[in-house]
Amino acid sequence: MREAAAIATEASLLDIRNLQIRLRRTRGAGLSVLDGVSLTVERGETIGIVGESGCGKSVLSLSILGLLPSAMRIGGGEIWYEGRHPLHTMTDRDIRAFRGKEIAMIFQDPMSSLNHGLTIGYQITETLRLHLGYSRKEARERAVWLLRKVGLPRPESLLREYPHQLSGGMRQRVMIAIAVSCNPGLLIADEPTTALDVTIQAQILDLMRQIREEDGTSILLISHDFGVIADMCDRVLVMYAGQIVESGTVDDLFERPLHPYTAGLLRSIPTPAKKNSPLYSIEGHVPALHERGAGCRFASRCAHATERCRTEQPELVAYRGGHAARCFLAEAEGGNRHAAV
Amino acid sequence: MNYYARRLLTLLLTVLFVLLLTFAAFRIIPGNPALVILGTEATDAQIALLEEKLGTDRPLAEQFADWLVAAFRLDFGESLRFSEPVTHLIAGRLPVTVSLAVMSLVLTIAVGIPLGIIASRARGKAADMLVTIGTQLGLAVPSFWMGIMLILAFGLTLKWFAVSTFTPWSENPWLAVKSLVLPSAALAVPQIAIVVRYLRTSMLEQLGLDYVRTARSKGLRESTVLYKHVLKNALLPVITIIGINFGELLAGSLVIEQVFTLPGIGSLLITAIGNRDYPLVQGLVVLIAFTVIAINFVVDLSYRWLDPKIRLQ
Repeated sequence: MREAAAIATEASLLDIRNLQIRLRRTRGAGLSVLDGVSLTVERGETIGIVGESGCGKSVLSLSILGLLPSAMRIGGGEIWYEGRHPLHTMTDRDIRAFRGKEIAMIFQDPMSSLNHGLTIGYQITETLRLHLGYSRKEARERAVWLLRKVGLPRPESLLREYPHQLSGGMRQRVMIAIAVSCNPGLLIADEPTTALDVTIQAQILDLMRQIREEDGTSILLISHDFGVIADMCDRVLVMYAGQIVESGTVDDLFERPLHPYTAGLLRSIPTPAKKNSPLYSIEGHVPALHERGAGCRFASRCAHATERCRTEQPELVAYRGGHAARCFLAEAEGGNRHAAV
Repeated sequence: MNYYARRLLTLLLTVLFVLLLTFAAFRIIPGNPALVILGTEATDAQIALLEEKLGTDRPLAEQFADWLVAAFRLDFGESLRFSEPVTHLIAGRLPVTVSLAVMSLVLTIAVGIPLGIIASRARGKAADMLVTIGTQLGLAVPSFWMGIMLILAFGLTLKWFAVSTFTPWSENPWLAVKSLVLPSAALAVPQIAIVVRYLRTSMLEQLGLDYVRTARSKGLRESTVLYKHVLKNALLPVITIIGINFGELLAGSLVIEQVFTLPGIGSLLITAIGNRDYPLVQGLVVLIAFTVIAINFVVDLSYRWLDPKIRLQ
């Protein structure tokens, strides 16, 4: 509360500071799943988080609403919503008022993330009745309006149908309708298009853009697909092994990647120009929790790694225009040279 | 063809098959009813005379055809032992067995489902362990022994319940319920154990699915997530198992009726088999088989209500 008065006017919508996520029941300090992650989301902004599977993107998104799996806990750091709501210290009971109302989530697989035993209508009206106190009738009317808003045909009859009667794209539209039902300030989308066909992917991204423009909703978009991120976001954070390794505007990152990992990710995007050459991929895999050494976590896969990289951990350093990277090579060049692969 | 029509047709065919099987089984097992009735001292002439009267001297196909036609009119002939129409005898005994089965079913659901939920919520904790050990015991202990122990504890030592007397519903409903508490408890224990185990596993399985995370991300209370979202999906396999086990419940009641000397279908069936009273046995077996088939049908229907995916197919 002490901070509330001071920064209420210019507070970010979401402010994550130095977040640590640890595994429970580990001896000593415990293994960190996320290490010192900081990020802010301003009103109306779309932030992308990109990285390979297992880098901690989903854990980050779940931690915001206190939905971490029971094996994990917040080991340090802060999560502030609108500068005055400390989500990281809230009890389950208090944070429930934010879930689905202020911050809503959509998930990767619309096949499994809807309840196959309940009607679409029930699953949409549930949040409206819970958070906005709508009557059955009001909720139903609003649900019809929402289904129409997300571009679904014949909304009235759809309310009585079950998820398995819809295609994957339609289901994801239903998920989005549920997510935006209470006009949340922030929409967290965890790989929202990964399970969908390419044409449907584009439609869902269009729909999210439309929501952003109509409602001014901020979006935290998580994806392993740089193309999707570039298409949608203002700023991007690149995550690797539980840390942010690079952050900046989409343009900066695409044109001047500072971290070799970012450069590697960009190079592995297939383009027509690379048609006849074999597809590039970064050798090796994201180190597991117990494999993380003392040095840079990417060192084992980095072609430019020096002795220092293997023994010392680089800090996330900001350069021009807020473009930041966690790399000794970038530090040595003062952020002037682009990372090569 | 419509789903219900198709289901009804299979139901009918099953019943027909059961009738055939029942009829055949009794002709195959040794023991001549005429001989049983007349005793070993009977002369061949006496036996032949009685066989003619009973119709057992006629060709099997003819006997079956006659019996079948009568069976569809719910006429199962006259009992050889009691010289009374089979349907009368069954109707007199049916209320006892039905109340026994219904009461143990109610007990199974009323105790099994809450315990299953508790065990799944307390996963790995003391309560879960306790329930697991309890279900192990419930499954391991035979119901007749359980019945005897219950009689010993609550009937003879504590004297909470009268033992070996059954009060008909028409006389005093409260006493009727009281006289059925112990036998239905003995019958329900293994069923409860099964329901608890199935529900626990099924709940834990459902709780790991993505839609639970979605439900939580919507800001629902944990109890809403559990009872509105998870339980309905988790009950599906449990309902199947309750339905499948209903036959076992009936079989168990044959034994339990002996233990508690209840005048039900079970004791009637055992008397009938002992006396080679084949019209009565056939009538009883058809009734029991038909009940099991009908219950399975109901389970199928409830499936369609619980799982909308099946509703479409």
